[in-house]
Amino acid sequence: MYKIVRKKELNPTVTLMEIEAPKVAKKAEPGQFIILRVDENGERIPLTVADFDREKGTVTIIFQIVGATTEKLNHKNEGEFIQDFVGPLGVPSHVDGLKKVAVVGGGVGCAIAYPIAKKLHSLGCEVHSIVGFRNKDLVILEDEFKASSDILKMMTDDGSYGEKGLVTNALKELIEAGNQYDEVIAIGPLIMMKFVCALTKEYGVKTVVSMNPIMIDGTGMCGGCRLTVGGETKFACVDGPDFDGHLVDFDEAMARSTMYKPFERQRHEETCNLFKNA
Amino acid sequence: MANMSLKKNEMPSQAPDVRNKNFKEVTLGYTPEQAVDEANRCLNCKNKPCVGGCPVAIDIPEFISKVKESDFEGAYQIIAKSSSLPAVCGRVCPQETQCESKCVRGIKGEPVAIGRLERFVSDWHNANVNASPEVPTSNGHRVAVVGAGPAGLTCAGDLAKMGYKVTVFEALHLAGGVLVYGIPEFRLPKAIVQKEVDSLKAMGVEIETNMVIGKVETVDELFEEGFEAVFIGSGAGLPRFMGIPGESLKGVYSANEFLTRVNLMKAYREGSDTPIKKNTNVAVVGGGNVAMDAARSALRLGAEKVYIVYRRGMEELPARKEEIEHAEEEGVIFKTLTNPVEVLGDENGFVKGIKCVEMELGEPDDSGRRRPVVKPDSEFVIDVDCMIMSIGTSPNPLIKSTTEGLDTNRHGCIVADEATGATSREGVFAGGDAVTGAATVILAMGAGKDAAKAIDEYIKSKN
Repeated sequence: MYKIVRKKELNPTVTLMEIEAPKVAKKAEPGQFIILRVDENGERIPLTVADFDREKGTVTIIFQIVGATTEKLNHKNEGEFIQDFVGPLGVPSHVDGLKKVAVVGGGVGCAIAYPIAKKLHSLGCEVHSIVGFRNKDLVILEDEFKASSDILKMMTDDGSYGEKGLVTNALKELIEAGNQYDEVIAIGPLIMMKFVCALTKEYGVKTVVSMNPIMIDGTGMCGGCRLTVGGETKFACVDGPDFDGHLVDFDEAMARSTMYKPFERQRHEETCNLFKNA
Repeated sequence: MANMSLKKNEMPSQAPDVRNKNFKEVTLGYTPEQAVDEANRCLNCKNKPCVGGCPVAIDIPEFISKVKESDFEGAYQIIAKSSSLPAVCGRVCPQETQCESKCVRGIKGEPVAIGRLERFVSDWHNANVNASPEVPTSNGHRVAVVGAGPAGLTCAGDLAKMGYKVTVFEALHLAGGVLVYGIPEFRLPKAIVQKEVDSLKAMGVEIETNMVIGKVETVDELFEEGFEAVFIGSGAGLPRFMGIPGESLKGVYSANEFLTRVNLMKAYREGSDTPIKKNTNVAVVGGGNVAMDAARSALRLGAEKVYIVYRRGMEELPARKEEIEHAEEEGVIFKTLTNPVEVLGDENGFVKGIKCVEMELGEPDDSGRRRPVVKPDSEFVIDVDCMIMSIGTSPNPLIKSTTEGLDTNRHGCIVADEATGATSREGVFAGGDAVTGAATVILAMGAGKDAAKAIDEYIKSKN
């Protein structure tokens, strides 16, 4: 059992939890993920590590409430326990030798982009962060990004905060302004990563994306997380989750990610009190 | 006087059209009378050919003699000397190619039903004897076992009996390995696996779940923590796919994924949070035990038609004979000499069929089996909404990539001495699917047993 030592609502559908898991904290690096089960009947879900504190022995996760499991997880409070918490899994993000990087985060994907920005910043790399949200109410981790970025571009779809527009608009501007990036790191919804990659391909800028497909064991056994990368079958759990964005077949990944959408919606409605009382 | 019947005593089982709708165990086991009657078919040969066919060398005629005398606990004690998981092996061993294939009674008629007797004896013990196992006196030495599957559990059990302090590190949230994530409830009830795991714990074996060795901790760190030897029984790894178009469509599963959802995550039960797609027509590609398990699970989940698609013929199916017979009785349709060439999808990206070609058998290949060759102009389509790939696995890369000096072969399997499990790293032993590639439960147990003996010798030689 793993104790929830801190819980914080970042916006109405996104929650941060700090979990006591010393062995995971000892090894975790940005870009890696964990698998958790909320309770005895729970499913195994992957969540990317948002932060870690080796001394305190804690790992921070940030999740969006999308289905029954994340709903159940969100019902847990500080001081309570979750059943299983295993990691760190996957290959850490590659950060060595990078001098200037654009970190692009979309929505809850910012939770994964942030530790990478932080690490790069601590290594002396020039970090330009571009973060996008649908509207002002959904903005998360703004202060954290500010502290770890040389430039921070805040974008909202409706213009209610920062600049109105998509992250790709801001990225294009920065590139057009003459910024030469060693790498663009893009983490967010598949559609966002797809369009960031389409843009950077035009400019010939290497782009790394973090994939978050459906997983079960997360240790290289089930093959559920397979993706097509450069025409080859790759497994996000052991080969990733970071991949060269210019080689990822995003259309296929988007199709596969919808496999259990109807089930998810139904189970969420069964779990959530809001629907129960309706 | 020996029972000279040429046939084995039939084992009672659920009727096919009942059992193909539930996940309860298919076969029900012998009654004591049936067991004694079957035991009387054993001639108690002096040279015991059957023992040579058993990877863990159970003294088969000896335990059967006890069954003849209705001394079922005595029989259990004889089996337990050699096997850590008798209730499991009695159910899942391919006896027809092992012990029973050597049985003298099999020359004329059917061999003695050794597997069914083993199962009877261990079930009798589990139901009637509640003695906790003896906790051996500790010898103070610590051994780490990676993977709580058949190889690891056997190795841990044998070492614990010798007095070693054993910790088993399991990647998943539950111990058992393939016995819990792969083999379905209807073939191996999970309560039986749990009972075997509990009895290891009672002997002092510690099991740490959620420990992915190679990630959470490396093999080197285990040595730093004071373990004097490490046994790697991490099992088979990533599923293989055929590399044909359409394998990423929704509704294409690896057998590992399909079975893990059903068995480990209990997706077949109401109230499980793990989803599984409801299918009408299912094609399982492959002909091994795993393929049979997937096909029979698909039937039980409510599929109307389930096909086994296999490129060779019925004779060449690698699955246990009993599994094939059970699958046929339950209504699985065998499309042998058939090979898929493309998965077809609908406009929403879900599987709607598989395009196949007919095959014929040509000259024998390297494995000695006749090579399947495509019949020209034989393309046809099978309408299915789910396809399960059961064509094997490649080894998991996590330990190999984080353990310096651990040699692997060109397939990525850990290189280990056949007799001892010794690897290229001092103090590191390995066995089971991590070494052989996908094989059977009993072979993995045999390897775990041999390694336990070798680890004991290794540690004694150092002290």
